Amino acid sequence: MSDISETRNQAKRIGGEAFMPPSRSPWQETWFQLRKNRMALTGLVIFIFFFVIAVTGLFVTGGSDPILDPARVRLPEKLRPPLSSPKTDTLRPEELPALGIYLLGTDDLGRDVFARMLQGAWVSLTVGFVAVGIAVGIGILLGGIAGYYGRFSLQLGHLLVGVLVFSASVFAIYGWLWPAALLLFFITIVFVSSHKRLRHPSPSSRSLRWLMLPTLQVDTLIMRAVDIMLCFPSFFLILTVVALLPPSIYNIMVIIGLTSWMGTTRFVRAEFLSLREMDFVAAARALGISDTRIIFRYIMPNAVAPVLVSATLGIASAMLTEAGLSFLGFGVPPPHATWGNILSDGKAYIFDAPWLTFAPGIVILIVVLAFNLFGEGMRDILNPKLRERN
Amino acid sequence: MLTFLSRSIIQKLVTLFFVSVVSFLIIHLAPGEPSQIDPLNPKFTPEMVERMREEFNLDKPLHVQYLLFYKNLFSGKIISWRDNLPVLGKIWERFLNSLPLFIVGTLLTWTFSFPVGIRSAIHRDGIYDKSTTFLSYLLISIPGFFFAYLLIILVVTKLHVPVIGMETFGMSDASLLARFMDRIWHLVLPSLLGATGGVAVLSRYVRGQMLEIIGQDYVRTARAKGLPSETVYYKHALRNALLPFVTMFGLILPGLIGGSVIIESIFSWPGMGRMAYEAILGRDYPVILTINFMTAVLVLAGTLISDLLYMVVDPRIKL
Repeated sequence: MSDISETRNQAKRIGGEAFMPPSRSPWQETWFQLRKNRMALTGLVIFIFFFVIAVTGLFVTGGSDPILDPARVRLPEKLRPPLSSPKTDTLRPEELPALGIYLLGTDDLGRDVFARMLQGAWVSLTVGFVAVGIAVGIGILLGGIAGYYGRFSLQLGHLLVGVLVFSASVFAIYGWLWPAALLLFFITIVFVSSHKRLRHPSPSSRSLRWLMLPTLQVDTLIMRAVDIMLCFPSFFLILTVVALLPPSIYNIMVIIGLTSWMGTTRFVRAEFLSLREMDFVAAARALGISDTRIIFRYIMPNAVAPVLVSATLGIASAMLTEAGLSFLGFGVPPPHATWGNILSDGKAYIFDAPWLTFAPGIVILIVVLAFNLFGEGMRDILNPKLRERN
Repeated sequence: MLTFLSRSIIQKLVTLFFVSVVSFLIIHLAPGEPSQIDPLNPKFTPEMVERMREEFNLDKPLHVQYLLFYKNLFSGKIISWRDNLPVLGKIWERFLNSLPLFIVGTLLTWTFSFPVGIRSAIHRDGIYDKSTTFLSYLLISIPGFFFAYLLIILVVTKLHVPVIGMETFGMSDASLLARFMDRIWHLVLPSLLGATGGVAVLSRYVRGQMLEIIGQDYVRTARAKGLPSETVYYKHALRNALLPFVTMFGLILPGLIGGSVIIESIFSWPGMGRMAYEAILGRDYPVILTINFMTAVLVLAGTLISDLLYMVVDPRIKL
């Protein structure tokens, strides 16, 4: 500490008014900025609180003999308002809620809404995180390839292999297993035998030269795929696929993930395109560092912060999508509670039992709002152009 | 200009072809078939199922089905599997129902977001800016169906106006004015709900755009030479800040056929979104695929229009 301040004093003496820059690491700097942005900080606090609640909810409501049973039906106790205490004379002792009161009331089957909300928290959390994880994974992979290797042209041979694989899978779909297997065998043979010879062409393999004709750039291919995916109306597409597949929570996560990677891909590609031309990458390349290392140690750390911000916002929208699907009756199958289907079940009692609508609605609102505030706040913080000068 | 136009049209046609293939594959490769939709119905004997499969070409190979489907689509002969009505006619009818929602929603979005966005940019970090920022995050985060129920509770219990459906049942012999007001009342809530998300996002965008322009040197020059601040903001800054929004006219085009599934189901509004929802439930493949195809056409046309508009408004862009 003392030598730092001494250096600083020296710097002052030498440069007159010149100050040393504050000795803060990027993390400290971000934390410092975050503390000043009260809305983002509130978002973070609510997010952590929600995370803790969802994890405890998993333990409290899961298992064979849960403390708070979200599936326990108590028909005499249906549609009790929040904070009402159970009638002890009609219920068997094991049917009593563990908390002694119905914190958020009961639904039309007398199930404890508080326990159901706790169970739903974990669903919302996992759907949000897994779906966005899939989307960001695909986005970083495709965007990184398009940005870093985009100028490479696919050779005619590559396309040919692609067509062969495609037709093999079509054969497999039609149930013609023999042609499919034969084609796959053929592809592997061609691949293995030609790969070495194409790399180091000898005069004898002239005849295979045409396989190396450049056709289509990798970048073009990936970006056209993005364009194609953007043509689909996203909620309609998700709804169609969810309705066609058997109902399961994993299907929903995967489908939301597979239909929302386009933004990240474009984003990562743009980042990679600009970072690839930076001097520090050129220096790394001049030192002979491998591509993998350049991508993961040099470019990725610089590109990942904005991606994480958009992922935070993506979690918010994935949760809203899941709630919307559950609301339409396509979500997680019935015995399992989610916020969307609690609200959907409660809509028939909207005037008699408004807590069935308000409890999940307000909780979804607060959690999604927290994610949005935190994400937008981080976007401002990580963007030095928007930062206030002081 | 012409080369740009022809190149992008060819590119978009290729994209459209792939969209049609992908959507066809998604629908047809998913497990389950429309002929098995209701296995408990005693009318569905194996012979019946076989006849239906033959009727709908489901027994043919996939590529033949694909060609037949798009041949029918382009010749306008495509019919729904559920009621044997022509799909295009059905869509047109529902489109006319959704159109008022779309128009009112879009008008609300565009008339609200600009004043709000501009004002919060001018008074940056003031109380107005902070509260509209928070409000727009709130509106982005609120689940549409929850907000719909809030508004329904409010309107029905406080104002005693029926809002579900397109008109109140049994109003046909009321006076013209009463019927008109009834229609308006039924229109207000769904279009307001459709506009909330749009207002929140667009006003944030207007604010950002305006802030960027206000920071430019020529605005400082205008202010330095003593122009009144109204002239500076609304004449010098606003005109340039509006540039990106002109192009957005193209991007709202897909909304024409979208229609919100959730809002239309809550309000029992017989629009496009609800038809799509019913088609999905009934595995009515021709309707699903046609809507999908038309949306893709509108998305591609919208991007083309916005590119062209950009060229018209911004002379710096030469394509």
